[in-house]
Amino acid sequence: MAARKPARAANVSRDELMQYYADMLMIRRFEEKAGQLYGMGLIGGFCHLYIGQEAVVVGLEAAAEEGDSRITTYRDHGHMLACGMDPKGVMAELTGREGGYSRGKGGSMHMFSKEKRFYGGHGIVGANVPIGAGLAFADKYNGTDRVTFTYFGDGAANQGQVYETYNMAMLWELPVIFVIENNRYAMGTSVQRATKSPSLWERGAAYGIPGEEVDGMDVLAVKAAGDKAVKHCRAGKGPYILEVMTYRYRGHSMSDPAKYRTRDEVQKMREERDAIEQVRQLLLTGKHATEDDLKAIDRDIKARVNEAADFARESPEPDVSELMTDIYAEA
Amino acid sequence: MATEILMPALSPTMEEGTLAKWLKREGETVSAGDIIAEIETDKATMEFEAVDEGILGRILIPEGTEGVKVNTPIAVLVEDGESADAAAPASAPEPAKTEAPAPKAPAEAKAPAPAAAKMEPDWPEGTETRKQTVREALRDAMAEEMRRDAGVFIMGEEVAEYQGAYKVTQGLLDEFGAKRVIDTPITEHGIAGLGVGAAFGGLKPIVEFMTFNFAMQAIDQIVNSAAKTLYMSGGQMGCPMVFRGPNGAAARVGAQHSQCYAAWYAHIPGMKVVMPYSASDAKGLLKTAIRDPNPVVFLENEILYGKSFDVPVMEDFTVPFGKARIWREGMDVTLVSFGIGMTYAIEAAEKLATEGISAEVIDLRTLRPMDTDTVLASVRKTNRCVTIEEGFPVGAIGNHLSAVIMEQAFDYLDAPVINCTGKDVPMPYAANLEKLALVTTEEVLAAVHKVTYR
Repeated sequence: MAARKPARAANVSRDELMQYYADMLMIRRFEEKAGQLYGMGLIGGFCHLYIGQEAVVVGLEAAAEEGDSRITTYRDHGHMLACGMDPKGVMAELTGREGGYSRGKGGSMHMFSKEKRFYGGHGIVGANVPIGAGLAFADKYNGTDRVTFTYFGDGAANQGQVYETYNMAMLWELPVIFVIENNRYAMGTSVQRATKSPSLWERGAAYGIPGEEVDGMDVLAVKAAGDKAVKHCRAGKGPYILEVMTYRYRGHSMSDPAKYRTRDEVQKMREERDAIEQVRQLLLTGKHATEDDLKAIDRDIKARVNEAADFARESPEPDVSELMTDIYAEA
Repeated sequence: MATEILMPALSPTMEEGTLAKWLKREGETVSAGDIIAEIETDKATMEFEAVDEGILGRILIPEGTEGVKVNTPIAVLVEDGESADAAAPASAPEPAKTEAPAPKAPAEAKAPAPAAAKMEPDWPEGTETRKQTVREALRDAMAEEMRRDAGVFIMGEEVAEYQGAYKVTQGLLDEFGAKRVIDTPITEHGIAGLGVGAAFGGLKPIVEFMTFNFAMQAIDQIVNSAAKTLYMSGGQMGCPMVFRGPNGAAARVGAQHSQCYAAWYAHIPGMKVVMPYSASDAKGLLKTAIRDPNPVVFLENEILYGKSFDVPVMEDFTVPFGKARIWREGMDVTLVSFGIGMTYAIEAAEKLATEGISAEVIDLRTLRPMDTDTVLASVRKTNRCVTIEEGFPVGAIGNHLSAVIMEQAFDYLDAPVINCTGKDVPMPYAANLEKLALVTTEEVLAAVHKVTYR
């Protein structure tokens, strides 16, 4: 991707910019900390970091309203933080502790918050897509105008059930926004090695679903596209597809040596397109904030992340009695 | 030369039907391809075309006649100038021709007439009952629950306008409308996942699979999404929904349409698995399934759909999960089965009675939770056990029961438990092979003779 000019801050207030900056930075620092804890053996199994993709969820959550739902696959930490879930509960789930959102029984890939209408956290690539449409189905059935953000990656975009879902979603005009987070690699397979389709969002045309490509490194562009998609869905016009072009700086998971791309490619992206840096520059050049203002935000976020990490270490492991609970709901 | 027109078999499981209407009158000329009658099968009302030409000499079965067996002569086609009266007696009342389509034989062999429940009915003594087919009982269960809870809806292939591929959802569209009775594209994986999402969103979906054979396309959603989410979410989010449809072998539909999934789903923690035999259980258990806050796999059977049983006439009749039903009390051997396997168990018990062997017959009804207490109590009394199911032998429900009995009632056993199952082969198409591939009553009898040393 060629270097582009930084995003313009048209029609956006200082408060909004500051919020985007803080929300994106929170995700990045949280994920960096998660990476450290993983290295220390405190987090086990798979751990998929969201570093680099922060603008996607922050931009779209800015377009969401109370009562809207969201669901994603396994690279889900950013989505949880962006929709307002408590970093302590998320981090404690990563460490498999009682204080985690699933009381340690879900882990990195399987976390939920009914309160925040975050429906997972799904470990099976593509499986969350029809579920997202089902959440939208329930909203429509109940006569509300709420929408469901259904996130999946460029890898999931080649799963058959995504297209079964497109068909049903358009057939029944479900209020669902399909967000394809195209970070260019499905694990180690680049989009170009996985499909001849020039773009993923255009596949929606086969089902009559409108959509567009969005610059996922520009939080303002994501927000604007999110507003448009939300408006479309809330108006009862059925689904909408956003293919958000983004990039993950880290490996697919913690054990990924990332031999499928060059260090230069990653470095170039970080230097020229980083979403957080773009907003930082907007704030500074637009005189919306001083270096000191931003440092204060950085310090506050670092403190909150450290607090989450401390909580995640100190929270006890689930009681052994938890092994056999939550298998069935009481009839 | 006069030609007999025989009652056709218009579905794989049809044994008899209703001659709903004659569209040609006696004396009318018939060409090949003309619609001559409307016949109501166990699935639908079908138009019946003539395959020969001639004059409809005589109608043997008047319209409106119910229960006309397949292959019964229903009319006589004559050539111009020929007398129908002369032709008719020449053909005998015995219609079975060797080349005639023969779904009758295997279907009958697999499904002996259901016996009346002997023991422990699930309704108070003195309650009025009426005969109802399993099909009608399932439909009534859904209709009652849809009246009771506006969040209950059904979706599946052909459930609405077509009135159900097996007529199980007949009439639901008329009563509840297209919002709650939803025809879907052929998209099993998709509707299973969408149903899970709707359940997460607070609704109570019933997802109908045209058969559970097709649910293999959806099994990831059933197992990974529906059954595991409550646990993975630390109890925050459950998945209150029902996956239902016919399961197991029907008749002559071959390997890809004839598998029993009882053991597959019973393997999964977080899942509840129901496999009813009788109409009252079908009704009472389906109502319980719809109300249950957990995902329920509800395994029906195409051959049982048309069987009639006593169903109590009650305002709100439900059957609890995890409670087996003792169909017949006995002292010498315990026969444990579920679903269509019960037809063999009951038939075997009746034959054994004539030999002086008293068999206790237990219908598990739900496989998860499974009422092993009732089985163990019976085995402690009879000291012998034979399990019966149509599914494959490896990892069968009977295997699990054998292990439970061995662990908990070993000292009571006078013989090893024998599992009668379907054979370890993909289902063949040929009628004779299909019959052999399924479990047979003879095999049950042989197993009982073995465990009773008689």
